[in-house]
Amino acid sequence: MRHTISVLVENEFGVLSRISGLFSGRGFNIESLCVAETLDPTISTMTIVTTGDDAIIEQILKQLNKLINVIKVIDFRDTDYVSREMVLVKVNADEKTRAEILRMVEIFRGKIIDVSPKTYTIMITGDEEKLRAFLALVRPLGIKDLVRTGPIAMARGDKTVKTKEKQPKGGNEDG
Amino acid sequence: MKKTGAQILVESLVAEGVDTLFCYPGGATLYITDALGECEIRQIVVRHEQGAVHASDGYARASGKVGVSLVTSGPGATNTVTGIATAYMDSIPLVILSCQVNTALIGNDAFQEADIVGITRPCTKHNYLVKDVKDLARIIKEAFHIARSGRPGPVLVDIPKDVSANMADFKYPDKIHIRSYQPTYFGHPGQIQRAMRQIASSKRPVLFTGGGIILSGASQELTKFAEALSIPVTNTLMGLGGFPGNNDLFLGMLGMHGTYAANMAITESDLIIAMGARFDDRATGKTDEFAPHAKVIHIDIDPTSISKNIKVDIPIVGDTKNVLHKMLDILAEEKDLFKGFQASTSEWLKKVAKWKKDFPLTYQKNGGLKPQYVIEKIYGLTKGKAIIATEVWQNQMWAAQFYKFLKPRTLLTSGGLGTMGYGFPAAIGAQAAFPKSLVIDIAGDGSIQMNIQELATAVQHKLPVKVVILNNGYLGMVRQWQELFYEKRYTWTCLPCPDFVKVAEAYGAAGYRIDKEKDIDKVLKEAFGNNQPTFIDVHVDPGECVYPMVPAGASLKDMLLV
Ligand SMILES: Cc1ncc(C[n+]2csc(CCOP(=O)(O)OP(=O)(O)O)c2C)c(N)n1
Ligand SMILES: [Mg+2]
Repeated sequence: MRHTISVLVENEFGVLSRISGLFSGRGFNIESLCVAETLDPTISTMTIVTTGDDAIIEQILKQLNKLINVIKVIDFRDTDYVSREMVLVKVNADEKTRAEILRMVEIFRGKIIDVSPKTYTIMITGDEEKLRAFLALVRPLGIKDLVRTGPIAMARGDKTVKTKEKQPKGGNEDG
Repeated sequence: MKKTGAQILVESLVAEGVDTLFCYPGGATLYITDALGECEIRQIVVRHEQGAVHASDGYARASGKVGVSLVTSGPGATNTVTGIATAYMDSIPLVILSCQVNTALIGNDAFQEADIVGITRPCTKHNYLVKDVKDLARIIKEAFHIARSGRPGPVLVDIPKDVSANMADFKYPDKIHIRSYQPTYFGHPGQIQRAMRQIASSKRPVLFTGGGIILSGASQELTKFAEALSIPVTNTLMGLGGFPGNNDLFLGMLGMHGTYAANMAITESDLIIAMGARFDDRATGKTDEFAPHAKVIHIDIDPTSISKNIKVDIPIVGDTKNVLHKMLDILAEEKDLFKGFQASTSEWLKKVAKWKKDFPLTYQKNGGLKPQYVIEKIYGLTKGKAIIATEVWQNQMWAAQFYKFLKPRTLLTSGGLGTMGYGFPAAIGAQAAFPKSLVIDIAGDGSIQMNIQELATAVQHKLPVKVVILNNGYLGMVRQWQELFYEKRYTWTCLPCPDFVKVAEAYGAAGYRIDKEKDIDKVLKEAFGNNQPTFIDVHVDPGECVYPMVPAGASLKDMLLV
């Protein structure tokens, strides 16, 4: 099973390698990892897409929480959330195909961000399924290059992530 | 008033109450070494940096305080890694101060540069590179706090040479604030209630306790709780001493070389109450068949230990001492809850007692001098009052089986990493913490040679550690596996030893040799009574194996007995 996890960390030197080292050292998978500063410049968000059964995900969440520089771990398993990713894709584009490509880009609400005599560079954002559908459509034209950001995620509705500090607490029901 | 980084470091250590430092110098330590020259902290200069970290670890395990070591950059720092990994696996609070090349040179492959923060990231609880002298005092404060709080562990602080020379205002912070670190000390009251109800309704309960009991100082509470309800207790290797080894309820150690009674009790139990233990594979055997009939309550300060290897029914995250207090309160307040308990567990206690009686730890008494006998003698002579360090494997297992640990912090052993060469420097560290105690390293002929150079340290600092070498002329445990599972092909394991008596004497220590059973009493008495670091080279039966044994990957009930 795939899972998306957001991790709020101290925006400090070495933190990324603590997180990636945790995953590699314990044999957990990282499918994608996306890191950037938050509203508060002392804090970064890492959005990690990983795979594993429930027991593994549980370990991943606990192990992340245990790192000293981790402020909060958000598990989206029980939350309604939105997730978006961006892809840049360079495809072959000649006189015969240009109009068709433009139409597809429009339907998918993407953008052509660079043009050369033989190629278009397209930017598309969306959830995983939308990106997959778009790439399937352009693949027959010949994809020359492709870069993806990996997804970022946020809870739906009014819910916000409080970057309030970890509190000394009694253990919760599920340990 | 402004001070140099080196002065700030020294004053910070004094403010933390550090009284002993295990160290080794080099180019990058010079400012700090110089500043330490005029301070009251006792400085024990070792002969290898691995020895410094193990010694600080032995100091920490024996005393409960944070152990501190200081080494130079590059090779000095990399030599500490085994010591750090050893402490990390066993959750021992250490602060390791490594020096580093100048900040301007970091990353340039400078002379004696090693990325020790990168190297030790996976084997420290946390680590720091100090980039600015202004941060030094705060980082030292945090390092000690992180090392000793929550689930303890080693913290490394890397200090570039220019940081130790630069000046800053100094005031040691009196408060600490790490927004991302708040360990959970108090168990969830609802969970504790659930656990107590589960215990009350159990018929075949076992307390299964580990090093967490010792780290949190909960042995009295554990003993009180076990005795109040007459629940049998088994310990992991790390848990030995957490419950009196001579108590009637004690089953001995469980696991690969555990007692028959302990392993059978786990196998037939209907409720395992695990405290401060992490269900290591050496303790559980085949996890699918571990305690097949039991529900599991698990109390641990580290949530990652819970349901990692064994599925837990009632998890309680918290400090074992606090949780035990709460459990004892419930015992006192809710007398009705346990009304029928003694009656419903009496069959179980009889069964357990019979296992203990029918299958005690034993060994064949014919043939040569038996290592188990030597351990029994050491126990007899010390009445369980010594601090015992061990090296690794046969010597370690026999010590765990045949010495009765009566008090916490009397066993110093590398449980998680199984580090050969740990015991001797650890014993030196413990002796530094307790100059008047009898500190004995139970060693193997192989292991002792991994840090034998520390004999010079012991002699120089008048630390009269006793090393009892159970000399079987083999890397015994590997030999045992070869005997049992590789058709007696003893490849790599029969290594010639030096004359340990002469080695001891060459270092200025005392040396004795024992070949016969009849000499043991006299020689051990003399050796334990002298005031010198001492090697006692005991030539034991080379063919002796450790039993019972659960073969790797087998279930606990499938023990090979003698
Ligand atoms: C640093 C290190 N290297 C290798 C091993 C693997 N190993 C475990 S026990 C052992 C043999 C120990 O021999 P000795 O110290 O003579 O103890 P004995 O088992 O004979 O009592 C070895 C090589 C280890 N535990 N630690
Ligand atoms: Mg040996």
